[in-house]
Amino acid sequence: MRRYALRFVALFYLAAILVAPLGIVFYRTFADGFRPAWEALSTPETIHAFKLTLLITVIAVPLNTVFGVVCALAIVRRRFPGKGLLNAFIDLPLALSPVVVGLSLFLLYGRTGWFGGFFERHDIQFLFALPAMVVATIFVSLPFVAREVVPMLREIGDEQEQAAKTLGASGWQTFWRITLPSIRWAVIYGVILTTARCLGEYGAVAVVSGRIQGETETATLRVEERYDSFDLAGAYAIAIVLALIAIAVLLAMTAIKPREEPA
Amino acid sequence: MSIRVRNVSKRFGAFTALDDVSLEVEGGSLTALLGPSGSGKSTLLRIIAGLEVPDAGEILISGADATDLKPQKRNVGFVFQHYAAFKHMTVRDNIGFGLSVRKHPKAEIRNRVDELLRLVQLEAFGHRYPAQLSGGQRQRMALARALAPEPEVLLLDEPFGALDARVRAELREWLRQLHEEVHVTTIFVTHDQAEAMDVASQIAVMNNARIEQVGSPTTLYDEPLTEFVMQFVGEANRIGDRFVRPHDLEISLDPVTGGVETMVDRITQFGFDVRVELMPAAGDQLLVQLTRDRLDELELERGQIVWVTPANEHTFTARGAAVGAV
Repeated sequence: MRRYALRFVALFYLAAILVAPLGIVFYRTFADGFRPAWEALSTPETIHAFKLTLLITVIAVPLNTVFGVVCALAIVRRRFPGKGLLNAFIDLPLALSPVVVGLSLFLLYGRTGWFGGFFERHDIQFLFALPAMVVATIFVSLPFVAREVVPMLREIGDEQEQAAKTLGASGWQTFWRITLPSIRWAVIYGVILTTARCLGEYGAVAVVSGRIQGETETATLRVEERYDSFDLAGAYAIAIVLALIAIAVLLAMTAIKPREEPA
Repeated sequence: MSIRVRNVSKRFGAFTALDDVSLEVEGGSLTALLGPSGSGKSTLLRIIAGLEVPDAGEILISGADATDLKPQKRNVGFVFQHYAAFKHMTVRDNIGFGLSVRKHPKAEIRNRVDELLRLVQLEAFGHRYPAQLSGGQRQRMALARALAPEPEVLLLDEPFGALDARVRAELREWLRQLHEEVHVTTIFVTHDQAEAMDVASQIAVMNNARIEQVGSPTTLYDEPLTEFVMQFVGEANRIGDRFVRPHDLEISLDPVTGGVETMVDRITQFGFDVRVELMPAAGDQLLVQLTRDRLDELELERGQIVWVTPANEHTFTARGAAVGAV
């Protein structure tokens, strides 16, 4: 009996918090047929918003992947002063509200900020443009790769790497041929989570982008803008596409879930 | 291909792993580093391989200073207790790894791998993954992998420690044969004195971060220099401050001058070999080894009172060094 009670609680919670809202979005979008949804999606501003979101993701994910793997290696395999601090700081983006991140970028790169003057002198548009949005997205999606890779590196230990060294492999060869293949599932997981976070980022980007339609408006910002303009069909349609992407990402993750090494 | 370790010390925080250790290993020999866990034997092996850096002292391989050489440049093969198999590679790729990182031609690698697969009797397993092998097979693969680049020195860290007794005995025998064929200078670490005595031509006994004695198995057994070696290599009885090997104790049924009065506690027979445990009035239990014939002659029974005299005894100074054997 208790078993069923537990299941019921879990399922009810999921239904109320996750499935119902998602369902209602689907329902509302297609309540008047596919046409209004399609029209909302095919406006130039919406298409631009999706393209911008993808562009930011394509820049942020590879950078955070490399950074995450390097950080994880440093945390697990090296001893250096400040290691504990690095370990703690990597989690900061998880703890910090994205709005605060956006605000701090604003203060740092704004006209009176530390770096603001530099960009102004060199005539580079940082705030209210792609660079700030990319930096904000990188910041909020920073921890995922490292957080996946660190436990994996701990688990595999360093004996295989030592063996590779005694067999004559350079550090670089050891990384590409031993370490990376051993942690590849963790890296892939991390990349998927990072991608999902980049696609869904709202708060930090909202602060630094300036939300200029057709220029610095990402898909998530576009949803809100449509909603505020009483274009509910448009808002729902974009939201649906974002939700579908998220679901696809989750499915991809389940699909590649470590089928064990050819055992 | 000789190895010389000169005055090497190594600390890990407050723990002293090696304290001014020196050792000479002849080219082509098979040497065991024998000692209890924490005695520093694995650390010494890892320093020779370049996997640890000593705080002081130097390592010479074939007469050349290798102290600051990276492991990649030392031309040593290393075998780990838990195999350190590359899990994502087949047995062939594991064995060929050392050649492939040195960019040897593919055909040459293939031939050498074939040769080694034959040597370690894994011909049929080349395309398997390590997870599909038994422990003994994995360790043979690891050995083949270490031998592939033709190292000058082969280092084995408790190579049979994770295997069950039967496989261990097999591999031990096999390692000895392999050494006769390949003749690479070999050092292996073990805490099992029988294993060391069985395989090695030279044994360095380690205790508390130091080498207590280096010698052939017979020398260590017959002429131990310290109390520790006496007790760690082979069995030993303690009578006051004297030490006696179990087969050096003579049992007599009548009182003898200088004999110790004891009571027979237990008699165990392993075929022709008989072991008798004796309880003296004071002091530790004594173990006596004798033949079946001698046992029949004595007609010992449990609870019987007998007298024992040492035929050959060892004494050591308070610091544990040998005073002499009588």
